[in-house]
Amino acid sequence: MSTVVETNKLTKRYHDKLAVNALDLTVQEGEVFGFLGPNGAGKTTTILMLLGLTEPTSGHVSVCGFDPTREPLEVKKRVGYLPESPGFYEDLSARENLLYMARLNRMPSNEARRRTAEVLEQVGLSDDGQRLVREFSRGMKQRLGIAEVLVKNPQAVILDEPTLGIDPDGAIRILELIKNLNRQHNLTVMLSSHQLQQVQEICSRVGIIVKGRLIVQGRMDELGRAILKERQWNFLLEVGGAANGLEDDLRTIDGIDEIEKRSHGLFLRCTKDVRSDVVSLIARRHLPLLQLRTEDPTLEEIYLKYFRQA
Amino acid sequence: MSVVFWKELADHFSSRRFMILLVLIVLIGLWATYASGQAIRQDTESSPAQYVFLLLLTSRTDVLFSLATFLGFFGPLVGITLGFDSISGEYARGTLSRVLSQPIYRDSLINGKFFAGLTTVAILWGSILLLVIGLGTTLLGFPPNAEEIWRMLIFTAVGVIYVGFWLALALLFSLLFQKTVTAALASLAVWLFMSLFVAIVSQGIAAAIVPDPSTAEQLAYRTDIENIVSRISPTTLFSESVSILLNPAARVFGLALQSQAEGILPTPLALGQSLNLIWPHITTLFALVAVCFGISYIIFMRAEIRA
Repeated sequence: MSTVVETNKLTKRYHDKLAVNALDLTVQEGEVFGFLGPNGAGKTTTILMLLGLTEPTSGHVSVCGFDPTREPLEVKKRVGYLPESPGFYEDLSARENLLYMARLNRMPSNEARRRTAEVLEQVGLSDDGQRLVREFSRGMKQRLGIAEVLVKNPQAVILDEPTLGIDPDGAIRILELIKNLNRQHNLTVMLSSHQLQQVQEICSRVGIIVKGRLIVQGRMDELGRAILKERQWNFLLEVGGAANGLEDDLRTIDGIDEIEKRSHGLFLRCTKDVRSDVVSLIARRHLPLLQLRTEDPTLEEIYLKYFRQA
Repeated sequence: MSVVFWKELADHFSSRRFMILLVLIVLIGLWATYASGQAIRQDTESSPAQYVFLLLLTSRTDVLFSLATFLGFFGPLVGITLGFDSISGEYARGTLSRVLSQPIYRDSLINGKFFAGLTTVAILWGSILLLVIGLGTTLLGFPPNAEEIWRMLIFTAVGVIYVGFWLALALLFSLLFQKTVTAALASLAVWLFMSLFVAIVSQGIAAAIVPDPSTAEQLAYRTDIENIVSRISPTTLFSESVSILLNPAARVFGLALQSQAEGILPTPLALGQSLNLIWPHITTLFALVAVCFGISYIIFMRAEIRA
């Protein structure tokens, strides 16, 4: 496995604001890397630097073995980029838009035509290829954007907020598409997002960036373990009826560290397995127990934890 | 670059904007040529001019303005129309970052756009002249001579450079102001200033320097100042070159004193001599295009492309 993206102390400064601060990032071949962070964290700026669309203030970038500042064309030949909410030439059909991009990649015209039909098929737009982009919905445009990224047969693709502004169903379809491309064609994917619940399923590794700093990067399960070194036990408890004072009672149980109100019941962070104690407490208070289950740390928790720290 | 060029050219030719321009220009060209052609036909008293076809372009009998004046006035609008949204439009649609993330050099985008615009202008201008020649031949009954064709060709070249200046200016503004409307308004403001207000400004300056011309020398001096000041405007440069180019008899820009005019034979100038007169104008126009385009080039190469 080789490294597709590598940055070393990558920094971008706008006047007196540090947009990206000494970022060390690696993306390996064949993985789906989730580049996560809240709005304005520096995700897009980093991506622009990876593609040579803006120059880093300091630090080093290497994409597919090339420096995007010095040899942007070599990088752009190998990497597809889908910007946040991509625009198209609205007066052209989907096919013509793709053909233009293929031609910009110096593809011979018969290969361009073949490839265009192929990628339209891949993203499920083959029936809409002749329609003008003007008539496309947001979700369709996003899929067309992915098709266009694929036209040039890239080694890696960088997708900036691919699910932004798309309804949940459409977002799932797009993420499925990305997952399939990664599996079937061993395509390296780097996608940025702030919607953690959505992307966590398809990412093999994530990096979290907050205020220009990469706070953590690693495999999902590793990240989970890193946070929960001491607190191995998390439970979600849901009871029916009036649960007045239940929280205070729970606090008396030895081993419960933190109680958090969730929309469905209470979230317990514990230092040991307290399930038997909790069940007996519920039984004593004659409350109907609806559910008590262990909760694995979600990416959202990881994210929120680091987000709060920053 | 050729990919961008052909795409932009196709866009221009299929756009509604271009259709409107084409219809307007063709209608006015037909009307102006027909009117002045008829006037020349019906004028049986004076002997026919030596360069009748050039007269078709410059004569303003029966018409409000000559065709050459009209092109000088309307040309900038064509340039601005073709250029004002070239970059800002891509920004607005969000296509710029997509295009620039393809393996092309940035300058090929801006070059392709500029030359596609220029080609469009050249085609428009050339077709009007063909129209004039065709209609003129029908009306007058004889074809233009070689000298006339050469002068018309050079007239086309100067016109394309002149419109190219406005195209480059609009392109520059469309880069500077990332909003399409702002770019269009800024270009139109410059156009209005250059074509209307420069005359007022130059008159004002000349009047301030020579307040009360009492002798012929002073009057000529005042006119000279006025001319020099107004030459900051490409519109003046263009109309002066056209006045020399399309009128072989013309040999001075401003006033000529009696003493200077003495001994000059009233024969038309050879093409080379006319060109000599307007050479500075043409080079200045060309330099203006280069400066405008150069500035856009530098800005664009360094710009960060977001969205």
